Amino acid sequence: MAGEVKMSSEVRAAWLFVGPGLAIIFLFFLLPIAAALLLSLTDFDLYAVADWHNLRLVGFDNYLHLLRDSLFWKAMRNTFYFVLVGGPLTVVVSLAAALMIQSRLTRFPGLFRTAFFAPAVTTLVAIATVWRYLYHPNFGLLNHALGWIGIAPIDWLGDTRWAMPAIILLSIWKNFGANMIILAAGLQSIPESLYEAARLEGAGWWRQLRHVTLPMLAPTFLFVAVMTCIGYFQLFAEPFVLTRQGEPLNSTLSVALLMYKEGFRFWHMGYAAAVAFVLFLVILAATTLQVRLARRGEA
Amino acid sequence: MVSMISLGACAPRSGQTDGVVTLRFWALGREGEVVKDLIPEFERRNPGIRVAVQQIPILNAHEKLLTACVGGVTPDLAQVGNTWIPELANLKAIAPLDKLVQRSGVVAQADYFAGIWDTNVVDGSVYGVPWYVDTRLLFYRTDLLAAAGFPEPPRTWRQWMEAMRRVKARAGPGRFAILLPVDEHEQPLILGRELGAGLLRDGDRYGDFRSPAFREAAGFYVGLFRSGLAPAWSNSQINSVYQQFAAGDFAFFITGPWNVGEFRRRLPPEMKDKWNTAPMPAPDNSRDWPGVSVAGGASLALFRGSRHPAEAWKLVEFLSEPAVQVQFHKLTGDLPPRASAWGSPSLAGDPQTAAFRAQLERVVPAPKVPEWEEISIQIWQSLEPAIRGRSTVDAALTDLDTRVDRILEKRRKVLARRRASGR
Repeated sequence: MAGEVKMSSEVRAAWLFVGPGLAIIFLFFLLPIAAALLLSLTDFDLYAVADWHNLRLVGFDNYLHLLRDSLFWKAMRNTFYFVLVGGPLTVVVSLAAALMIQSRLTRFPGLFRTAFFAPAVTTLVAIATVWRYLYHPNFGLLNHALGWIGIAPIDWLGDTRWAMPAIILLSIWKNFGANMIILAAGLQSIPESLYEAARLEGAGWWRQLRHVTLPMLAPTFLFVAVMTCIGYFQLFAEPFVLTRQGEPLNSTLSVALLMYKEGFRFWHMGYAAAVAFVLFLVILAATTLQVRLARRGEA
Repeated sequence: MVSMISLGACAPRSGQTDGVVTLRFWALGREGEVVKDLIPEFERRNPGIRVAVQQIPILNAHEKLLTACVGGVTPDLAQVGNTWIPELANLKAIAPLDKLVQRSGVVAQADYFAGIWDTNVVDGSVYGVPWYVDTRLLFYRTDLLAAAGFPEPPRTWRQWMEAMRRVKARAGPGRFAILLPVDEHEQPLILGRELGAGLLRDGDRYGDFRSPAFREAAGFYVGLFRSGLAPAWSNSQINSVYQQFAAGDFAFFITGPWNVGEFRRRLPPEMKDKWNTAPMPAPDNSRDWPGVSVAGGASLALFRGSRHPAEAWKLVEFLSEPAVQVQFHKLTGDLPPRASAWGSPSLAGDPQTAAFRAQLERVVPAPKVPEWEEISIQIWQSLEPAIRGRSTVDAALTDLDTRVDRILEKRRKVLARRRASGR
């Protein structure tokens, strides 16, 4: 009896500790998700804002329209292009940078670490404004540099073929610093004795990287890959600022940008919520796939 | 979500301290910058009123206004694009001004160009006072036209077509007669309105782009590209309108008053006397000249949530005074919507602005439905495949009607419900 009373007071204490956290998760995470799901089953729009009676439950109509909307598929293709090309490139560049600043041969590693990390803590809007100048077809530094090696000027942000590569380049530059710090921390936790053993066995730089560094780094690597992937699926601010909301000809229109435009430009909130939910499902599926693949790799 | 549901009522936030009322006035882009120069005079005349101008970038203005209405944080008054008025009126965000206008000694409806005033009228009530007007017409190279045998600008579509053919024949490959960016809806819209196309039908419940009038207009428009008179360029493919106009890449361009200032600033000095503006040609001799164009521009609107509507109206009246409008024109280049303001020497004596005066007598509004913004984008998106030869005009218009019908689906439901409930 006494034991039970003690248990329940312990349980009470536990609830007291986790309560605020759970409340916040419920209030700011679960509730909005549920609200968005509900919203996506309605035709909430400007008419409903004006008069409540104009709101209707429409079932899965929004989703059915979505699947038939060529603009949605275009946005989906653009987003996958960005994730599949930009994601791996970002991770590889991050890894290279991490290896470089961890290398004993590098002088002033602190300086490089700070310099590489700086873009990650700078506002994207400010970055994008500067990059607009870099990408300018006539006066941009990038085309100027390409001119030295005999490449004709490219209309980076005006040409449908080059607009997305331009966005990818900016994103890599903006994001690799943060990933680099995480990967560098992972590198530091690899015991030096493993490298010594490998060197005694006669392993060169490449074999050390392949058989010691990468396997030991796998958990950190997975974390970085998953976080980059999730972040990149939500591509929004870069095209929003750099290519005036998805120009040219919607070639940089991402799913998140489509959601924003449907929601806040035309105020199709029900439809926008459906877009948001589909994006959520895609990210969930991609993340699950990545984790599964990584587990299989370990086994 | 919850805050989104407690809608409609736009809560006022205007301050009132020591008997001084502070009006919150949202103005857009360049006008927002320049209007600040006019405010001191207003405050001098009205010691009890202070005006806080918030300047809003033009690109985000529409979204910001809608969000403000839904969130209940609207200003006392704002500059709004006149195509947004039906939307804001439908939201019950802006107030009808009929009584204020009737009593006003300054805002005299008869002095305003009728087509411009009409853009502010929704279901018989006026919701905005026109502040400045935008309407598109022909900008053309006088030297290229004269060389092609047209010392005067064309007055009918037939003359216009002949002028374009001759200009193109003289210009040769790589150069064109007219620039019509394929990602703009204004040009086909103007041509359609010139032929009297209604664009929507049955009380604006369905698209009516397959009507004979719009079909003819779309055929003429698409034909300009198919016959090589106009290049199929979108805005992102055009390097610089000004450089290309100066280089003779095209002789005609349908654009608005903002480009009068831009042309003067950006064209090389030797081009100074080689361009002019002309009202839209009429489709044929049986119709009045000039042909109609579409009324655009911005109005001043009062928000229902304002606690100081009387003071806000005073500011509207001040900004509507012909003398203030002339001053505003000098600051911005924006054209005044009142006939009396056009008497001032700075407007009456300007040859490149004179065509706008004639055109303003002949402007009509775009259809006044809250969905217009969305429909207008659909117009060029449906026509583009026909321009690029991937579809026919008829197929494009069928596609356009289908999409517009879908955009108007909710409107039909709402109207049916209103009728059923007898409102």
